[in-house]
Amino acid sequence: MKKIEELRVVRTDAPPDVPARLVEDFTPRLVDVGAHHLCPGCGEPIAIRSLMEAIDELDLVRRTITVFGIGCYTAFSNNLDVEVLQALHGRAPSVATGAKRARPDSIVVTLQGDGDMVSEGLQEVLHAAARGENITCVMLNNGVFGETGGHMTATTVLGQRTKTSLEGRDPVAHGRPILLADLVARLDGAAYVARCAVNSAGNVARTKRVLLRALETQALGAGFSLVEILTMCPTGWFVETQEAPDYLADNLATVHIGGVLKDIRANHGQKADDIESR
Amino acid sequence: MSTPASTASTRRLLQGSEAIAEAMIAAGCRFFAGYPMTPFTEVLEHMARRLPEVGGVCMNAESELEAVGMAWGAAATGTPAATGSTGQGLSLMQESLAEITLARLPLVVLNMARAQGDYWQATRGGGHGDYRHIVLAPVDVAEAVELVQLAFHLAATWRNPVLVFGDYYLAHTARSVDVSTLDFGPAPSTEWALTGESGGTGQAKLVSFLGSAKQRDDVGYDLAVHYTACADHTAAMLRDVVPVMDTGMTEDAEVVVVAFGTPGAYIRAAVRSLRDEGLRVGWARPVTLVPFPSTDLANAVRGAKAVAVYENNTGQMVDDVRLAVLGAVPVEFIGGVSLDSSGFGIAPDLDVAVLRRRILDVVERHA
Repeated sequence: MKKIEELRVVRTDAPPDVPARLVEDFTPRLVDVGAHHLCPGCGEPIAIRSLMEAIDELDLVRRTITVFGIGCYTAFSNNLDVEVLQALHGRAPSVATGAKRARPDSIVVTLQGDGDMVSEGLQEVLHAAARGENITCVMLNNGVFGETGGHMTATTVLGQRTKTSLEGRDPVAHGRPILLADLVARLDGAAYVARCAVNSAGNVARTKRVLLRALETQALGAGFSLVEILTMCPTGWFVETQEAPDYLADNLATVHIGGVLKDIRANHGQKADDIESR
Repeated sequence: MSTPASTASTRRLLQGSEAIAEAMIAAGCRFFAGYPMTPFTEVLEHMARRLPEVGGVCMNAESELEAVGMAWGAAATGTPAATGSTGQGLSLMQESLAEITLARLPLVVLNMARAQGDYWQATRGGGHGDYRHIVLAPVDVAEAVELVQLAFHLAATWRNPVLVFGDYYLAHTARSVDVSTLDFGPAPSTEWALTGESGGTGQAKLVSFLGSAKQRDDVGYDLAVHYTACADHTAAMLRDVVPVMDTGMTEDAEVVVVAFGTPGAYIRAAVRSLRDEGLRVGWARPVTLVPFPSTDLANAVRGAKAVAVYENNTGQMVDDVRLAVLGAVPVEFIGGVSLDSSGFGIAPDLDVAVLRRRILDVVERHA
């Protein structure tokens, strides 16, 4: 964790000196409109893109129902060429459960943030995992409530400055972060649990691979899968856009440690994922 | 016996909870989720036993929040779905119930209430935003068997939650009933429902309380447009659903007594016994609490000298009665909270002798 005094505060009350511009349209097939209203440097569009590409590559597009939580990423909920069911903040796992049980042949994927899944809805994801619900939950973890403007969540790391932990998250005043993937991996009902990040080209490729593996787990009916993706939130972290990937590596990724935490298919003699297992 | 053999063979002595469960299944319900709470528990028990037998799913959810969430997810796939609890459990569900309504999803919600303190919750809704639910209040098990099936029909027709307002008596009274499927005509289309199959077509479906218009040309949701469309739909629903009210002996009545649900049966008995003594009293029982039978009630009390309202609460429906009567006749509240030591079971006031005295008091002062 960097010392607080080393971190500069980025002005967000005025447009940047050099406006952002679209260099080339790399919009994947299942995203209807490439432009979006999320901040420059946000990791969530990369994660959503990876998820859409994984669904497409496994040829699951005509079977998939995605269940969205509430956060910045909800901006993509009416912008995808996959079916979307909008859930309340924290409640996507139970809604996904109902959809999956009613249509067992469908592939049901939740998309939630850390505020959504871990702060507001921890009980939901834990029970869904414990039930071995045959769904995939995807958590975009940036350690902050991005949509409200940078407030502390249940995954905010110690020392991290937010608008509700101005001097940095303090274990006495604010408690310690919940390491969700580690928690879920301990539940017998969980079949596949992985944590990855989108702060480098290599990590984006790894993210895609764990998403493929999670979706395969569901398609095989093997049980509950969770993919936790660390995403950049320069606005909510109060750092420069270009510094966000390193900030993620230095702060979030040293606490929420990446890797495949559980893969029951690998444990049964099948080929293990090529991501290093802990 | 003139009763046809086929009818006789379909009548069974069922506890109210079981009759409600059978009625839900007869209406096509194939998904149910709930969290145990007296006096709702036995409905969940029966659904857990019966739904798998007909290819359905019943979930013993980990909380009311998850119960309503699961029902939400199933309803979004076009599966006839229901959930329920007591009013206390429904309090937990209100956020979801509000958004399910704004997402235009059909859902049946049971309130096996503890007494009648949930009238405002049921008819106004405890959630946020502009929405209404249709509310049906059966007087007994036989009527519940019909209204539960009507609830599924109305929910599917209007793509809107419908609440069935019961209580401890309804849940636990056994009665011989015929639970056969009622014919409401062709089932409404579920073209809107999610199947997973519309992805990749360029027209993937979206079911959202934020509106179901897909983003094009770089614009997000327009909530004002969506909420206004929902309000227009609600207005049409409240206009077109026919309010139902059961009445007796109101034609020449000087005092009309209004009650809903189980107390309606006790009020009916008390009024009949007073009639037997020559007193000009009548009774009116709203069956649909939303839409409230305001016009029918106003007509029923025309010429009366007073209207008395009995509810097992501190006075909630009495507001709607006053709105219906609009000052034409004085409206008095003769109810009150009446509970046994459990807090939700037998109400000591639901006694014809007690209710007779309260009605007589109104008669003596006005007639």
